[in-house]
Amino acid sequence: MARNGLPTATTRTTGSAGGGVGESVPRPDGRLKVTGEFAYSSDLWHEDMLWGRTLRSPVAHAEILALDTTRALAVPGVHAVLTHEDLPTAVRHYGLEIPDTPVLARDRVRHHGEPLALVAADHPETARRAADLIEIVHRELPLVTDESSALAPDAPLLHPGRTDPHAAHVPHPNVVHRQPVRRGDVAAARRRADVIVRGEYVFGMQDQAFLGPESGLAVPAEDGGVDLHVATQWLHADRRQIAPVLGLPEELVRMTLAGVGGAFGGREDLSMQIHASLLALRTGRPVKMVYDRAESFFGHVHRHPARLRYEHGATREGRLTHVSARIVLDGGAYASSSPAVVGNAASLAVGPYVVDHVDVEALALYTNNPPCGAMRGFGAVQACFAYEAQMDRLAAELGLHPVELRRRNAMSEGSTLPTGQRVDSPAPVAELLRRVRERPLPPARQWETSEGVDVRQLPGGPSNSTHGEGVVRGVGYAVGFKNVGYSEGFDDHSTARVRLEATGGEPVATVHTAMAEVGQGGVTVHTQIARTELGVSRVILAPADTRVGSAGSTSASRQTYVTGGAVRNACALVRERVLELGRRRFGAAEPAWLSEELLLADGKVVTAGGEVLAGLGDVLGGEAVEVERAWRHRPTEPFDPHTGQGNGHVQYAFAAHRAVVEVDTELGLVKVVELACAQDVGKAVNPLSVTGQVQGGTAQGLGIAVMEEIVVDPATARVRNPSFTDYLIPTLLDTPPIPVDLLELADPHAPYGLRGAGEAPTLSSTPAIVAAIRDATGLALRRVPVRPEHIAPG
Amino acid sequence: MHVALTVNGRPLRAEDVWEGESLLYVLRERLGLPGSKNACEQGECGSCTVRLDGAPVCACLVAAGQAEGSEVVTVEGLADGEELAPVQRAFLDAGAVQCGFCTPGLLVAADALLRRRPAPADEDIREALAGNLCRCTGYETIMDAVRLAAARRSEGA
Repeated sequence: MARNGLPTATTRTTGSAGGGVGESVPRPDGRLKVTGEFAYSSDLWHEDMLWGRTLRSPVAHAEILALDTTRALAVPGVHAVLTHEDLPTAVRHYGLEIPDTPVLARDRVRHHGEPLALVAADHPETARRAADLIEIVHRELPLVTDESSALAPDAPLLHPGRTDPHAAHVPHPNVVHRQPVRRGDVAAARRRADVIVRGEYVFGMQDQAFLGPESGLAVPAEDGGVDLHVATQWLHADRRQIAPVLGLPEELVRMTLAGVGGAFGGREDLSMQIHASLLALRTGRPVKMVYDRAESFFGHVHRHPARLRYEHGATREGRLTHVSARIVLDGGAYASSSPAVVGNAASLAVGPYVVDHVDVEALALYTNNPPCGAMRGFGAVQACFAYEAQMDRLAAELGLHPVELRRRNAMSEGSTLPTGQRVDSPAPVAELLRRVRERPLPPARQWETSEGVDVRQLPGGPSNSTHGEGVVRGVGYAVGFKNVGYSEGFDDHSTARVRLEATGGEPVATVHTAMAEVGQGGVTVHTQIARTELGVSRVILAPADTRVGSAGSTSASRQTYVTGGAVRNACALVRERVLELGRRRFGAAEPAWLSEELLLADGKVVTAGGEVLAGLGDVLGGEAVEVERAWRHRPTEPFDPHTGQGNGHVQYAFAAHRAVVEVDTELGLVKVVELACAQDVGKAVNPLSVTGQVQGGTAQGLGIAVMEEIVVDPATARVRNPSFTDYLIPTLLDTPPIPVDLLELADPHAPYGLRGAGEAPTLSSTPAIVAAIRDATGLALRRVPVRPEHIAPG
Repeated sequence: MHVALTVNGRPLRAEDVWEGESLLYVLRERLGLPGSKNACEQGECGSCTVRLDGAPVCACLVAAGQAEGSEVVTVEGLADGEELAPVQRAFLDAGAVQCGFCTPGLLVAADALLRRRPAPADEDIREALAGNLCRCTGYETIMDAVRLAAARRSEGA
């Protein structure tokens, strides 16, 4: 990709024979990424471009009385300063599900870091300094920071006069959405329980912490539109929200995916897209915006922190009688994807177990805390931490091994979920647990080497805080399940355009989708599918942009399934047309063409018996065959608002972990020694790539187990640690070996039998680690992240 | 001010540098070398790792003026023309690249490690690369890649 040319070049893949579905094909963008030539959204450059900067609220809740931009405008090099007053149309809010988020705050800010004003200048430092010169006159308002302050009779309302679809059924206007799930008769089942355990669990606020900060380039066009090059997870959803604010028809907002440095849910919501476009349209100059790390912590939503209260009952034989749960998620100041997160938390609240009597309530609050939304695992993660802790406590009460209790209650194909939905594809919950349990344990006391103690293998690591004294090992298990794709009746489709033509006599396939490649390897998968379906070796990937139909979001473990399905479907349609062309050209002379069973393989048309009829180059001649088509998975239904009943999900992913930890019980330091994972991926379309997804998801679960948390001061609702100095994500010294055991039990409803894979490992990794720390220490540990003071108080 | 330095063997000169600019900013925005990445600007993530007179450093923490007259190697200088360096090939073969934003810094750091210690033990790799954050891979394939690069280097491959 040219440095200044934006991503105009295509990514070219020249595979030898093979390179199809099921092989560990290398990434088509790999070479550019290891040479430093891959153009991320923060690398873009344009002649005459300006740098944009956001002024953000220093306080969490305030009335804005005035913004004085005079001094900022006077700074040499400043080209524009924009506030709410400068917005061009009456559409001044956006949002993924509910348009409640101001583009720029008008008279009220609702969270720390909310955007107030924009500056464009000729140097990023000039823009930063000018933004600092904008005077904010404000009056602080009382804070809503938790359930009690949100639901108090006199609580300030975050969004008075709500008209969104959930407003009518929520118990309080500061509840974004509430979803019960009720099945059976919990009161009666409770009387049959021999053992009951109750617990309250707390899940901290996690950040996606993708490394490539929010950034992009907006270029004003002569037709009055804007060309926007950004890192996002869903180009078309961005455009739907951007265009009305700019007062432009969607076709004048042309979006191209720039290189994306990770996402994990944090790029579902808009960040700098509208802001950079406003500055570009105002100044008539290209505008680049790049958040620094501190701003990135304010520039995207986080994983919902949660309080979860559970009751589990079981018979002496270890069969679950009932589960009741109340899950309170803090959605922060704006809705983002809170409603869908609530739906997941409610419908997946009991975990991958058979429970006939269930009473669940999940809800998300509006507060003055930072807005929360999508992050890998999306509502299922918080629940899994709590229900797996409960299963361990039940096992202890019953004198059963934790895996044995889970095995006795494991759901399987044919089971019915608490939502009434029947599981109609393999659900190898017991088998995954068996696999991680039977794996040999890592040797004890690995820090004792022939050259003495290697402190790097001990809790505390190179800080040399123990040589093994006070160090105790523990082992923990967990399993989880996550829905794949968008649920609850959402029209979750994708689109692919596939073209087949001959270049120099050789067939070449071009695949064009709007799928956001965020690192997951979807681009690799598209080349593999095209090779398998069209029998070609050369596949060109066109840049992802809005010149083709929507691919839906790179979220919910859905892209290999849904956009992969769309590419496969478009390839099949291209194949049919190519065979028609061949029949027209050669069928009269060669009766084998009229056989129904013709395949494309190795660049040729062949019969099912293997007879070569023609090269694809000869069939195509000078013609190109092109198909663009949307593709959908089977539909889902909304959950009933009162009972939660409904066929809400399309597919599930299952993963189990065994964690081995060593804990310095005197200092409270934890070393995770090994995190073994077994996961059913249905079909490993790219084994190397899907294994990387499992490992990456596992490591993010480690982060929230023992390290990561956005700390919000309850007195001010201000974020206290917006930096990588104070928000700690796992390093190579914190992350252990992650052996992965892949099962491939085909889902008959999915393309190639595959299962979405990216999120499930993020669920079970966290509870497995905390179970292992409990095993080592005997402590209850009801909160993540587990901190040293929770293990070694005082 | 201006800054003159050698980058990837080429003498270069940046004009109109503001005194507060870092080596990273000058490389990325003034010298046309955006391969080194900016992910934290605090020296915590290692995405901007370059070799400065032989030593791996975070370019975000080096004032541009401090680099005057120095020799800098960035990710763009690892390959020999079209021929990828052993660490670059190993990262591709081992599946150590996902989003790739950490990759340039990790490659420079891994290359520096192998120059210093051609046959590192696993714990040496973990310690040497602990200053380079990766959010995608869980590091397992990065370990595989550095082991693979070390093995290939020792075979002269």
